[in-house]
Amino acid sequence: MTLPSLNLLAQSILSGIFLGGMYGLIGLGLGLSWGLLRQINLAHFGYVFLSGYLCYQMTQYWGMDPLLALLILPPIFFGIGVVQQWALARFRITPFNSLLVTFGLTVMIESLIQWIWTADFRKMQTHYNELKFSVGGIFVPIPELFTLLLAVGLAFAIWAAMRFTDLGKAMRAMAEDAPIAAAFGINERGLSLLLSGLCVALAAVAGICFAVIFTLTPTQIFSWVGVVFAAVMLGGLGSALGPLVAGIIIGVSEAIAMVLFAPSWAPIVSFSLLIMMLLFRPGRA
Amino acid sequence: MDRRILTAIVAGGIALAVLPWIGLPAFYESFLYLLFHWIILAVSWNILSGYTGYFSFGHGAFFGAGIYGAAYMAGTLGWPFLASLPVAALVAVALGLALGAVVFRVASVRGELFALLTLAITFVIATIILNTRIDGGPGIYMMGVDIPKLGPNQASSIYMMGLILAVISLLVAYMIYVSRFGAGLFAIHDDEDVAEVMGVPTYRFKLYALAVSCALAGLAGGVHSVFVSYITVSEVFSITVPLSVVLMSILGGSRHWFGPAVGAVAITCLLYFFTSGDGAVLGRAIFGGILVVVILFMPNGILGLFSLLKRMKRKPATEHVVPHAAPAPEKAAKIGAPILRVRGLSKSFKGLKALNDVTLEVREGEILGLIGPNGSGKSTFINVVSGHYRNDGGSIEFMGRELSGQEAHFFAQAGIARTYQIPRPFVNKTVLENIAMAGMFGAAALSREAAMHEAHEFADFAGLGDRKDALPDDLNLHQRKFLELARALAARPKLLMLDEVLSGLTPSEINGAIDMVRRIRAQGTTIIFVEHVMRAVMALTDRIVVLNHGVLIAEGLPAEVMSAPEVKTAYLGKAHA
Repeated sequence: MTLPSLNLLAQSILSGIFLGGMYGLIGLGLGLSWGLLRQINLAHFGYVFLSGYLCYQMTQYWGMDPLLALLILPPIFFGIGVVQQWALARFRITPFNSLLVTFGLTVMIESLIQWIWTADFRKMQTHYNELKFSVGGIFVPIPELFTLLLAVGLAFAIWAAMRFTDLGKAMRAMAEDAPIAAAFGINERGLSLLLSGLCVALAAVAGICFAVIFTLTPTQIFSWVGVVFAAVMLGGLGSALGPLVAGIIIGVSEAIAMVLFAPSWAPIVSFSLLIMMLLFRPGRA
Repeated sequence: MDRRILTAIVAGGIALAVLPWIGLPAFYESFLYLLFHWIILAVSWNILSGYTGYFSFGHGAFFGAGIYGAAYMAGTLGWPFLASLPVAALVAVALGLALGAVVFRVASVRGELFALLTLAITFVIATIILNTRIDGGPGIYMMGVDIPKLGPNQASSIYMMGLILAVISLLVAYMIYVSRFGAGLFAIHDDEDVAEVMGVPTYRFKLYALAVSCALAGLAGGVHSVFVSYITVSEVFSITVPLSVVLMSILGGSRHWFGPAVGAVAITCLLYFFTSGDGAVLGRAIFGGILVVVILFMPNGILGLFSLLKRMKRKPATEHVVPHAAPAPEKAAKIGAPILRVRGLSKSFKGLKALNDVTLEVREGEILGLIGPNGSGKSTFINVVSGHYRNDGGSIEFMGRELSGQEAHFFAQAGIARTYQIPRPFVNKTVLENIAMAGMFGAAALSREAAMHEAHEFADFAGLGDRKDALPDDLNLHQRKFLELARALAARPKLLMLDEVLSGLTPSEINGAIDMVRRIRAQGTTIIFVEHVMRAVMALTDRIVVLNHGVLIAEGLPAEVMSAPEVKTAYLGKAHA
C-alpha cells in the first residue's frame, strides 16, 4: 500500500461523490416504491437503462439535446409506472413476488434493448462531454456536477413534498397502514398509481444522466443492482434524502478503497457497510 | 414416510444410470447433466428457503464456495478429485454456518432483509476470492484433473456424479419433508414466534436446514467445477445461480419437496429451447414473460396448483376410529404442592413497567384466575412465563427448574403450554397438523406419526372432529379459538395458560367451554386462567390474583378478592362521594 498524493486523493473523493450522486438518483425512486408501496421494483434498473438508450437514440440519431430528453422522457415513463402499478395491484402481489415479477420484466426490457441497440457498447457523444472546469488543480466535469445537483434538488423536493403537503402526508399514512388510511378517506388506489408513476419517472431522469456520463451496454443492468440496493437500505426505505446520503458515503468509501488498495476491492466496501447495518441496526430498514 | 416414493426415486436414478452404457449421444449426456445440476441446486435451496420461508439469494455463494473449494484442492494443489469433493461441501457448510450463526440470531432479519443480506454476502465472497490467491485473477483450469471413472468416458463420469447427487438431494429433501424436523421447518415458515413457544428449537432448526442446503450446493459446485473445466469469478458468482434456483422453486412450488425439481426441469428445458440458435434474444424475452405470467397467475407454483385441486376434490373428513375422549368424572380437585414459583418478576418495555416485582405461586391441580383491567400486565405475564419475552428481573421456577433466561422452546418442553388471545394457527397446516405440532414439540415429544394419531383425539375433544382437514382460514372465530385450545392440550402440558379463550364467544358457547376447562383440569392439568368473563372466572377458579399496572394488588379466594377495596378501585376508580 503506497500513499497516494493529496491531489489524487482529492480527485478520487470528488469522483466518489459524483458516483454517489448517481447511486442516490437511481436509488431515490427505488427506495420510495419499496418503502411506500411495499414493492421491490427490480424493473427500476431496466427503466433506467431503457431511458438511457432512448436518450442515446434521440441525441445521436434525431439530433436532440439531452436536456430536451429530460423534458420528454419522464412523462412517458410516468405512464409506464402507472400501468405497472395497475397490473400489480390487480393481482394483489406480495413484496417478495413483486421482486420476481419485476425481475421477469427486467429480463424482457434487457432483451428489448439488446434487440434494438445490440449488445455493443454505446457511448453518447454530446458537447456536454467535454465541459469541465478546474478548481485548485482538481477537475470538475459539468455533466457529473449537473447530475449531483439534480439528485440533491429532486431528493429535497420530494422530502419537502412528503413532509409538508397533504398529498405527501396521505402517502406516508398509506404506507403506514393502508386500510386505516383508506378509512380516513385516502384514495389508496389513486395515490399508488401516482407514486409508482413518479418512481418510474425518476428512473427516466436517472437514465438520461446515466447515458450522458457512462457507456451503455444491456448486460450492465444487473451490475448496478447490488450497490444501489445497498444505498437504499443504508439510507432507509421510503426516505427521500437517505439513499442520496448513503449513496455518497458508499461512493466516497469506494473511491478511497480504490486509491488505497485496488479497484477490484471496491465492491466489498458497499456490501460490508450493508451487512454491518443489517446486523447491528436491523430496525432501520 | 412412504417407501414407494423412496423406491421410485432410487429406481429412476438406476434407470438413468444405464443410459451412458447403451451409447447415449454426448450431447444428451451433457444436457441431462445440466438438468441434474439444476435439480440439485433448486432442491437444496428449497430445504432452507422453501420449507422455512427464509428466501436466500446467497445460494450462489455456497455453490461458488463449493466450486472454488474443489477447484483449489484438485486444480491448484493437485489433490485427487474425490478427496476434494468433501472439502467442497465442508467449505460451503462452514460458510453457511458462520453466516447463519450470526444472522439467525437477529430476530428482525427476516423476509426481504434476509434475501438482500445473503445477496450482499455473495458479492463480498466473490470480491475476496477475486483478490486473493484462491483465484489469483485469471481463473483456475481443471483440465488435468483426474476424475473417478464412473462411466465409459470422462463426460459420462461427470453425468454419473450429477445423477448420484441429484438422487441423494431428492431423497434428503423428501425425508426432511415428512420428518418431525420438516414439520418444525414449515411451522417456522408460518409463524416463527409461535413455533418457538410451542417447543420448536427454531434457531437450531434453521441452522441445520442451512447446513444441509449448503452441503448439497457445495457438492454440486464441486462436480460442476470439472464440468465447466475453467473457473472464473464472474461466471461462478453471477446473478444467474441465485435467481434461477428461486425461479425454479417458485415455478415448481416451493412448499413441496418435489416442486423445485419440476421447476428445474421446466426452466432448463425452456431456456434451452428458447435461447439456443438464432432466437436467443427473443428467447430471453419469452423467458421473462413466462416468469411474470407464472407469478401473477400461479403464485404457489405448479405443484401448489395440484395440491389445491386435491384439496378441493377431497371429500368431507372421513370419521376416524379413535374413540372420543371419555368425559372425565367431576371430582373434587386435589390441590398439591406449588408447581410454578414466580419471584420478583419484572419486564419493561422502553421504561413502561409491564410487570413490576410480581411474586406468586401456582399449585399443582388448581385453576388460578389471573385478572385485572386492560393493560394490567396479564398477557405480558403469560408471554414471559411461556418464554416468548425474556424477563428483566426475578425468577421463574417450574417443577424445581429455573427457566428464566432460557429459550422459549425450553419452556414448552418443560411442560408449559399456552393459547393466544387472538388465535395464531399455522395458516398453511390443516387443523390436524396444527394440533400434531404441539404433540411433536411439546412436553410429550412424540414422533410425527404418533402425534398425528393423537391429534384426532384432541380435535374430537375440542369439537373440531368434522374440520380436521380444513385450513385455519376456513374456520370461524369460535372454531379457531378451540383449535388454539386443542393445540395447547396436545402438548400434554403440566401447566396450561389460557389467555382469554372465552372472549368473543356466545353465552351458550361459554357454557360449553367452562365445562371443557373443568374436564381438562380433572385430567390433572394445572391451569392459569386469564379472563374478563367474570361468570366463568367465579365458576372455575380456586384462587384469584389481580394485577394492576404490572403490580400484584390482591390474591386469595374468588369471593374475598372480588370484594377487596383495591380491586374495586382498580376496576371502577376511586369513590369520591
